[in-house]
Amino acid sequence: MKILVTVKEVSTVEDEFEIEGTSIAEQYLGADLNEWDDYAVEEAVQLQEAGIADEVVTVTIGPEDCEQTIRQALAKGADRAVRVWDDSLEGVDLLDVGAKTEILRAVVEAEDPDLVLTGVQSGDDSWGATGVSLAEELGFEWAAVVNHLEHDFEDDRAAVRRELEGGVEELTEIELPAALTIQTGINEPRYASLRGIRQAQRKELDVQTLADLGVDESAIEGDVTLTDMYEPESESDVTVWEGSAEETAAELGELLREKGVAP
Amino acid sequence: MTNVLAVADHRRGELRDVSYELITAGRQLADETGGELHVAVISGTVDEFADKLNREGVDAVHTVDYGEEFNHDVYAQVLTQLYDEHAPQYVVAPNSVNGLDYAPAVANALNLPIVTDTVDLESDGDTLVATREMYGGKVETTTELEGTVVATIRGGEWPAAEGTGDAAIEAFDAEIDEDAVGSTVTGFEEVGGGDVDISEADVLVSVGRGIEEEENLEIIRDLADALDATVSSSRPIVDSGWLPKNRQVGQSGKVVTPDVYIAIGISGAVQHVAGMKGSDTIVAINTDPNAPIMDIADYAIHDDLFDVVPALTEEFQ
Ligand SMILES: Cc1cc2nc3c(=O)[nH]c(=O)nc-3n(C[C@H](O)[C@H](O)[C@H](O)COP(=O)(O)OP(=O)(O)OC[C@H]3O[C@@H](n4cnc5c(N)ncnc54)[C@H](O)[C@@H]3O)c2cc1C
Repeated sequence: MKILVTVKEVSTVEDEFEIEGTSIAEQYLGADLNEWDDYAVEEAVQLQEAGIADEVVTVTIGPEDCEQTIRQALAKGADRAVRVWDDSLEGVDLLDVGAKTEILRAVVEAEDPDLVLTGVQSGDDSWGATGVSLAEELGFEWAAVVNHLEHDFEDDRAAVRRELEGGVEELTEIELPAALTIQTGINEPRYASLRGIRQAQRKELDVQTLADLGVDESAIEGDVTLTDMYEPESESDVTVWEGSAEETAAELGELLREKGVAP
Repeated sequence: MTNVLAVADHRRGELRDVSYELITAGRQLADETGGELHVAVISGTVDEFADKLNREGVDAVHTVDYGEEFNHDVYAQVLTQLYDEHAPQYVVAPNSVNGLDYAPAVANALNLPIVTDTVDLESDGDTLVATREMYGGKVETTTELEGTVVATIRGGEWPAAEGTGDAAIEAFDAEIDEDAVGSTVTGFEEVGGGDVDISEADVLVSVGRGIEEEENLEIIRDLADALDATVSSSRPIVDSGWLPKNRQVGQSGKVVTPDVYIAIGISGAVQHVAGMKGSDTIVAINTDPNAPIMDIADYAIHDDLFDVVPALTEEFQ
């Protein structure tokens, strides 16, 4: 079985930041492997270690800068990586679900995996929709918000648990090939070992342009235009206690006594 | 003319609250575009559901009596057929776990753009302005989409529709291609039972990723002991296996309503807030003065939890 895992480098934001136009000013941004994708990579690598997957390939849409993040996934055990980028993607503010679906479809068709694993959502723009949209585009089956996957794949079916709201899980079986969107908590993502990090440097990281993939540039124009970004207006009238830790702790202690909830 | 098609959410025989919120959001869009609001309810006891969904402002309810529970393949097939027949400009669905299991597929099948997890929607008839958050709630954005759109709405952002309407309740004769149904729901399971019921606690000392290491939970336990309070947490603590699942507060964990909720090193992501916003008094201890938790906190300390928590424990020893 071959598994394709979507791996996104997400932007992280510092505590204090400024907005310039429709984005956060560069100097307040950091980069990290998307939390949900980390669990997806781990699940794929565990399937490989169990002898079920023969190959784990990652796919990333992103500029050269994100190769460090891709190497993280390779260091954790993915076999090789595909990165999609070209100049036309450079100036795009927001790559919507439709555009991502188009690009990833082309990669899936080229790689022909049995299973696609994506994170439930990405930590920055949090669409939470790309995995399911991609599955539909490919004619694959799918399951969203998967927090358990049986590793036996009996009769070419995947038995999964979907985590619903309020502590209820749904047990579902789906036919392969399938795309699953992976929820945190499904496993315990490993830290890359030093050996893994060394090996990752030698693994294949293939860069593809839209033209290489046969994707028309118009696909990335997208249907969603970002028109404004601002800090949400706070509705609360929060009382902020100031001072040393001892002083603020004393204020909180006072409140708890007043409320009669502490001795 | 159908301008808006809203898709009800239900589970194990009960309509979920967001179904009524969808009616409010849908009615508003229908007013803005000068059309009708239709509601679809698929699977389960649809006639019973239809009666409940017939609230003020609903013009029609389409019922599809097929199977007991949610199945995304059935939803996707029915919704594309309803769309073909009624040609709504906007399809609105809940941004629930099930909504996210069919709405993107429906949008893609119909070749329509999708905008998810919206907290506000406004239309002038051509352009939909959708408001949504990015970076875990640190910023809000407005986005624009032209023409026909699928949108999912965040629960709790629109008031629930009330009153009784005079909607036409119509059984929709969907043709389900069984061969194209590749998924089967085989059951449900409740998780997170166990020794402690955090939803019963009067005071919760709740800890998030700010605690960094499992060993550091000790200072949280010390505080809880000193206050005679119960320890709960955000999701990452449970995901890491540092606390059992029955301690998780939030959308996929427990809903809690204590007298006092002390959120320590918790950012206040929407899925967390969903579980604790009903707390009487909310106190946040967080180094980030812009963390979303500050929007719902009554009291806040913008400081390092490793300084504040031990100092607070000392207060009570
Ligand atoms: C479908 C779905 C369901 C989910 N269900 C749930 C759920 O039920 N419950 C839930 O909690 N989450 C849930 N989540 C996850 C949620 O989106 C967040 O990822 C999670 O709540 C973040 O937890 P956190 O606030 O502890 O961590 P973070 O967001 O990482 O926040 C840590 C906070 O600690 C602060 N901090 C760091 N160091 C210190 C310090 N020394 N002193 C003080 N403050 C410090 C930081 O400023 C930050 O605000 C769900 C997500 C999805 C997609």
